[in-house]
Amino acid sequence: MEFIFIIISAIFVNNILLSQFLGICPFLGVSNKLSTAVGMSGAVCFVITLATVVTFLLNKLLILFQITYLQTIVFILVIAALVQMVEIVLKKISPSLYRALGIFLPLITTNCAVLGVALNVVTKEFSFFGGQPHLFNLAEATVYAFATSLGYGLAMILFAGLREHLSMNQIPAAFRGVPIALITAGLLALAFMGFSGMVY
Amino acid sequence: MAVRSNFKNMTLCLMVIGLVCSALLAFVNQLTQEPIAAAQEKKTLDALKKVMPDFEQVSESEIEYEGQNYHCYKALSDTTVVGYAVVSSAMGFGGPLELMVGFDAQGVVWNTSVLAMNETPGLGAKCTETDFQSQFEKFDPAIRSLAVTKDGGEIDAITASTITSRAYVQAVSNAYKLIQHIKGGQCHE
Amino acid sequence: MNKFQIILKGIFKENPTFVLLLGMCPTLATTTSAINGMSMGLATMAVLILSNITISAIARFIPDKVRIPSYIVVIATFVTLLQLLMQAYVPAIYETLGLFIPLIVVNCIILGRAEAFANKNGILDSACDGLGIGLGFTLALTLLGVVRELLGSGCLFGFRLIPADYSILAFVLAPGAFIVLAYLLVLFKKISK
Repeated sequence: MEFIFIIISAIFVNNILLSQFLGICPFLGVSNKLSTAVGMSGAVCFVITLATVVTFLLNKLLILFQITYLQTIVFILVIAALVQMVEIVLKKISPSLYRALGIFLPLITTNCAVLGVALNVVTKEFSFFGGQPHLFNLAEATVYAFATSLGYGLAMILFAGLREHLSMNQIPAAFRGVPIALITAGLLALAFMGFSGMVY
Repeated sequence: MAVRSNFKNMTLCLMVIGLVCSALLAFVNQLTQEPIAAAQEKKTLDALKKVMPDFEQVSESEIEYEGQNYHCYKALSDTTVVGYAVVSSAMGFGGPLELMVGFDAQGVVWNTSVLAMNETPGLGAKCTETDFQSQFEKFDPAIRSLAVTKDGGEIDAITASTITSRAYVQAVSNAYKLIQHIKGGQCHE
Repeated sequence: MNKFQIILKGIFKENPTFVLLLGMCPTLATTTSAINGMSMGLATMAVLILSNITISAIARFIPDKVRIPSYIVVIATFVTLLQLLMQAYVPAIYETLGLFIPLIVVNCIILGRAEAFANKNGILDSACDGLGIGLGFTLALTLLGVVRELLGSGCLFGFRLIPADYSILAFVLAPGAFIVLAYLLVLFKKISK
């Protein structure tokens, strides 16, 4: 039951792109075509979930040795290394998947969504039943990370679909490109605000 | 680039950078530990001063009640108890809403203060303003109904932020129950 | 190019927000008020100047293949430094900006300047570049914060100008961030033409 709340909250109510503003750069950068948006979402989904699990466990070590001030450095290095490793492993094991996701992987290191979720999970407190807020355990963290990345994919794919249609319309010269994309994103965010208050 | 990218150079370079950086951070961490602790202490003390009647000294304790751990403070003036304060939290709209709830010696709410919150600016974030908070001043839940008007109580919710207001009321009411429990006799100190 | 031109270039011709479109996450997320936008801009500027100086000083000693991880470690160190100092001396601002302080690490502006400018230029030039780009970023964030605060809560730097009943709340919320930025981009494009 709690997991359902976590999932709905992460996908719709607190959508990572449209209400938390994490990972906006690729959101604007690779959302011109639906197919690239799908590829990027897949890669992000994979990396966010994996990175969150690894950093969550590593954080326990940091706490044990009382060096939490190294959190940011350790997390970003782990994410960078992880992305490289995923790339190498994917190339060996599944060339077809590598061809689909490969070009997006290097971009993900500087995607703040990954670091954002990893930091969020170990610092923020959550509660879904009106009880005392508490930190996530491993299972909750994994579900939260996966659901968040699904939310990322949902917003990304919706947005790419809208932009594909937009490119066929006549738009005032000054608004062409990023400005109209931002306005579209704003309207999408407005739509997602309708979910707020559903679960909290 | 003058330095060749062979294995020895690369390892050495990363090692040196890693060592220098972590040493620097360890040093600054040492330096800032005290100011950070002091800043937190000041924040707690400011909150305590706001939510309780004037006091001379304060004692701190950890109390377990209904499966939850609460941080409690007891304010003393000479040797008489003048007030209590409880750190209590409930889930708001954007995350946990953490309050310091103060009581006088009779167990009537004296005042409240927000310690941490993550509410929407312009909406739920108004719970830090006196307009909303003044409703809780000298509020006695024993004779008045502690709930938002929508739920039949006497607290006017913040416009368009019922969830935040409910969380605020919830946190105050949890603290009140705890104080009633303590005043009921068993004081774990 | 003299130092003054380098600084000016960062503010107008290569403005990180309006021209290069970098660092969008903090731009959208932290500009709910003018003060918040400005604090975020200044925090980023501090890290940018320090990392530019350091990287231009040590770039010669770093083998090409491990350049990116080295830069990331340097940047992350400065970010953590800033995080600790802010926690100690300006806890209130630290709490409002929250997650977006550690996320300065992945702000593409900083790594971008390290790659595009600092590792090829002298220390003083790099410092000027950091200052210019940092100022450009701060100005953009402050401007965005001013517009959103004025329309969304009727205040300017905390002083009320418009009665609370006449403010349009959506501008402080997520949709307002996107829309105000879009219009500012269009304006900047028109003016710079």
